[in-house]
Amino acid sequence: MSKLTIEVLIVGGGAAGMSAALAASQNASVTIVDDNPFLGGQIWRAELGNTKSPEAQKLIAAIASKQIKIINNAQVFGLNNANSLLTETTDGQLELKFEKLIIATGARELFLPFPGWTLPGVFGAGGLQALAKGGMSVKGKRIVVAGTGPLLLAVADYLKSKEAIVIAIVEQTSSAKINRFALGLWRSPSKIRQAIALRSGLRDVPYLTDSWITSAQCRSPRESKGVTRKLDSITVIKKGITKTIDCDYLACGFHLIPNTELAEMLGCKIENGTVTVDDYQQTSIDNIFCAGEPTGIAGLESSLIEGKIAGLAATGQLDASRALFGQRDNAAYFGDKLNKTFALRDELRKLADAETIVCRCEDVSFQRLEEFNDFRDAKLQTRCGMGPCQGRICGAAAQFLFGWEPPNVRPPIFPVKMENL
Amino acid sequence: MCRIYRHEDSPNIDNVIALKINNNSISVDDGTTVAVAILAAGVSQFRHSVSGESRGPLCGMGVCFECRVTIDRVAHQRSCSIIAQDGMEVVTDE
Repeated sequence: MSKLTIEVLIVGGGAAGMSAALAASQNASVTIVDDNPFLGGQIWRAELGNTKSPEAQKLIAAIASKQIKIINNAQVFGLNNANSLLTETTDGQLELKFEKLIIATGARELFLPFPGWTLPGVFGAGGLQALAKGGMSVKGKRIVVAGTGPLLLAVADYLKSKEAIVIAIVEQTSSAKINRFALGLWRSPSKIRQAIALRSGLRDVPYLTDSWITSAQCRSPRESKGVTRKLDSITVIKKGITKTIDCDYLACGFHLIPNTELAEMLGCKIENGTVTVDDYQQTSIDNIFCAGEPTGIAGLESSLIEGKIAGLAATGQLDASRALFGQRDNAAYFGDKLNKTFALRDELRKLADAETIVCRCEDVSFQRLEEFNDFRDAKLQTRCGMGPCQGRICGAAAQFLFGWEPPNVRPPIFPVKMENL
Repeated sequence: MCRIYRHEDSPNIDNVIALKINNNSISVDDGTTVAVAILAAGVSQFRHSVSGESRGPLCGMGVCFECRVTIDRVAHQRSCSIIAQDGMEVVTDE
């Protein structure tokens, strides 16, 4: 086992983490630890090793010029003590002792169970985009993009640029709500430009509002042994009328969930699924800061500003940090509007039928979970949430379906090889 | 059997990685994830679930563990988060 002692440790190499690293490096020596092979996080995920965003390229170049140490492919899974994290790297276990810690662990997608959602060919919206950036060819593939929020437009646009046939974008929010949201964008002219550019690129793709997916189908029957089952078609509902559409892939995105597991393991205060921070992005623990989506889903600009504030504050640059509070409030305003406009409708809670799997790791059905009152009971009786994803997918799904608090976090927060524990 | 698969963006044919998926040789661009190499080899079932369902990648970012496969005899590797390397031996659905 190797050990490193670090002045400022940043967990997460996405927008918030990189921004924090640059700000902190003005006054301290900084190390970024990231579980991805390349910097950029999800929003700026590298395409075959290189991120395409000019903004991200600038940040990555700035980080390279600052002698910031970067540890890639390293998964933080546990603690040795309050100021020391355990990670699993390709070379075995690595202990990271820190003076200051900035948590920038980003977010994951919320997946809602509906009949057929476990079929190969059903992806997250960000998930399919991530795979495409990892080299997956979508050329000529018939794809439906469904769920909610502006991410659907960004993903559809990206897939089209890779010559996919985007059959439709299926948005659960009403057109009235979206129009009100669009009108409110006058406060953020850059967002209007982005929205206009996206919509013009997608002119020929039907944008179905007030619509959602009700099921995904495979032609081969469930009992067919030795046959790979995969997605063949999906069914969509709009104004009570259902329509079945043949497709190769379904990309569904129903919002993001903050990755709070690390903060929780460290004992930072968590409220309503987000890490509690003060004006300086400081958590309830003095030497631990948090920036970006774990403090609440608010998008790229907010993550960049929060990262900068955290990086400055963690290294004693309080005046410079304070000067950014106004910018953060503006970015938060946008995040708040976004979350209200694209709030999930109740009908989505009723998509799963009795047999629909909710916990994909342990194959626990909706019917089996229905009889319990909380996640803990369900977990003890059914093994729901006890598989390798440790409830990251089903915990959020069960919260949406049944209103259950997600399961408590216990180390290791990611499965690791026995010899690295 | 050998299939050549190249990402449309790649200008450089020398930058290819040769690996084996279920004992079939395949070449992919440098920087391609193992999950993508598996899909490119025409495999959509990465594993079967505890009740025998076909499963493949879902989240694409190392969270859901649906894309786990055996890489160089190490089981349960998240193929979406690992970059393909020359000579890798990948086995799905073990």
